Amino acid sequence: MIKVQNLSRRFGEFLAVAPTDLHIHKQKTTVIMGGSGSGKTTLLRLLSGLEQASTGHIWFDNDSDLTCMAARHLYALRLRMGMVFQYSALLNSLNVYENVSFPLHEHTNLDESLIRTMVTMKLEQVGMRGFEHLMPSELSGGMAKRVAFARALITDPELVFFDEPTSGLDPIAAAVVTRLIQQLTVKTKMTSVVVTHDVAAGLAIADWVILLWQGRVIAEGTAEHIANSSDARVQQFIQGKPDGPIPFSRSDTPYLETLMQVDSHG
Amino acid sequence: MVNLLIEVLGKLGRSTLLTLQRMGDANILGFSAMAMLVQPPWQGRHIVQQVYALGVGSLVIIAITGAFTGMVLALQGYYMLAKFGSESLLGSAIALSIIRELGPVLGAFMMIGRAGSSITAEIGIMRVTEQLDALQMMAVNPKARIIMPRIIATVIALPLLIALFDVVGLAAGYVIGVDLLGVNSGAFIAEMVTKVRMEDLNIGWIKTIVFGLLIGIICTWYGYRAEPTTEGVARATTQAVVLSSVSVLIFDYILTSFFL
Ligand SMILES: Nc1ncnc2c1ncn2[C@@H]1O[C@H](COP(=O)(O)OP(=O)(O)OP(=O)(O)O)[C@@H](O)[C@H]1O
Ligand SMILES: [Mg+2]
Repeated sequence: MIKVQNLSRRFGEFLAVAPTDLHIHKQKTTVIMGGSGSGKTTLLRLLSGLEQASTGHIWFDNDSDLTCMAARHLYALRLRMGMVFQYSALLNSLNVYENVSFPLHEHTNLDESLIRTMVTMKLEQVGMRGFEHLMPSELSGGMAKRVAFARALITDPELVFFDEPTSGLDPIAAAVVTRLIQQLTVKTKMTSVVVTHDVAAGLAIADWVILLWQGRVIAEGTAEHIANSSDARVQQFIQGKPDGPIPFSRSDTPYLETLMQVDSHG
Repeated sequence: MVNLLIEVLGKLGRSTLLTLQRMGDANILGFSAMAMLVQPPWQGRHIVQQVYALGVGSLVIIAITGAFTGMVLALQGYYMLAKFGSESLLGSAIALSIIRELGPVLGAFMMIGRAGSSITAEIGIMRVTEQLDALQMMAVNPKARIIMPRIIATVIALPLLIALFDVVGLAAGYVIGVDLLGVNSGAFIAEMVTKVRMEDLNIGWIKTIVFGLLIGIICTWYGYRAEPTTEGVARATTQAVVLSSVSVLIFDYILTSFFL
């Protein structure tokens, strides 16, 4: 579905995503994992055209290049996409019902009664039925996330990007949401790209796993392949060990040196 | 010494280039957004909503400013005209000042403070909270949906508000001039009617439309390009208010000298 060639993104001097080649396969679940700041959100934003690539190409269905597409075509393509943002990004001035029904009101001429039914069904799936009249400011983080989930899925898009769909959710809600992604991928032939920190859930639903570290892909393959990888970095990440080849601190200067500098300045 | 000169010139050049680049960017954003007025989907409902929010919200403050401007002009005008024994000219003096200059400029200032700042802050917050990105992902172009209705709404609302400012200002000037200071009512009205020509009215409304456009483009641009932090939005709001006020004054001078 998506073929990425030599894609990279710089913020000034900082290389957030190093030149990368990727495939996102149709009707499969691709899980992207990696530590904080490893470039997962940036990668999703590049794939959805929200962020401008510094180099490289993103081929959509093998024929159109997202990195140099006219705005009109990009918007047409986005009718087929959905996205759950890491921090929900609900429209503040609209209540839950209006948020979830927003894409339908914008792009279809469906009857209000039909829209109401569809919204109710989606909210029920994420356990948010009965909260239609609340404003985003009245929701908890986890509730907002689930509303964002319903909103992204209301048009049954072919391709959905999930940026940490389960972070901030309680274990039950997280399990429900994870199962929903899995079911939709099978039943509605949805293609999903899931960014997550939840290693167990990620490996469980993944058809393909991509492991990022400091903007680079350090491993990719099926869940089984990743779980049995002999790469020490991969093992450290999926087992969540505090010590190993991946340093916890990301600073380039040694700790002691920074402390000494503080000392000499003080 | 030479190095210092080069450094100063370099800085000057860089900041000039940056300013020009920003002006260009603001114009491109503003005019490309306005072009979406004629492209489907039709945003009529959102334009009306914005005219209501920006215009009706500013009614009271515009009426109050208009009233006090008219009143102070009557007092000040009477004081000066009395020295030449030509109090009867008070009506035309008030009318010309309000219609040609004070109405458009003070009305625009009120609109900037009341509506312009809220436009910048609102769009800036939508940027910080990724609502603009969410709109894009839902295949809704924020330029067409958020920017364009606000620019069009300021262009529609400002002339209407300033018409109200003028009427209230003239009425208040009449009350002070005639009822309080004792200028002859017939002379007040007759002078006003004969001295104010159609040209003066034309200058007035052309100014209001230009000011509306300036405020709309500047305030939406600052919000749209705000640095996505709390501080960034605060700074963008202040800068939008300052820059639109200054540009209103500059364009006021240009338009006045052009039509004189
Ligand atoms: N707009 C930006 N300007 C400058 N640097 C940025 C910007 N966006 C992201 N970065 C940098 O890019 C790197 C990757 O950020 P990104 O948000 O993609 O991380 P992430 O993998 O999603 O992390 P997390 O798991 O914490 O959400 C970070 O080091 C961040 O500092
Ligand atoms: Mg992230």
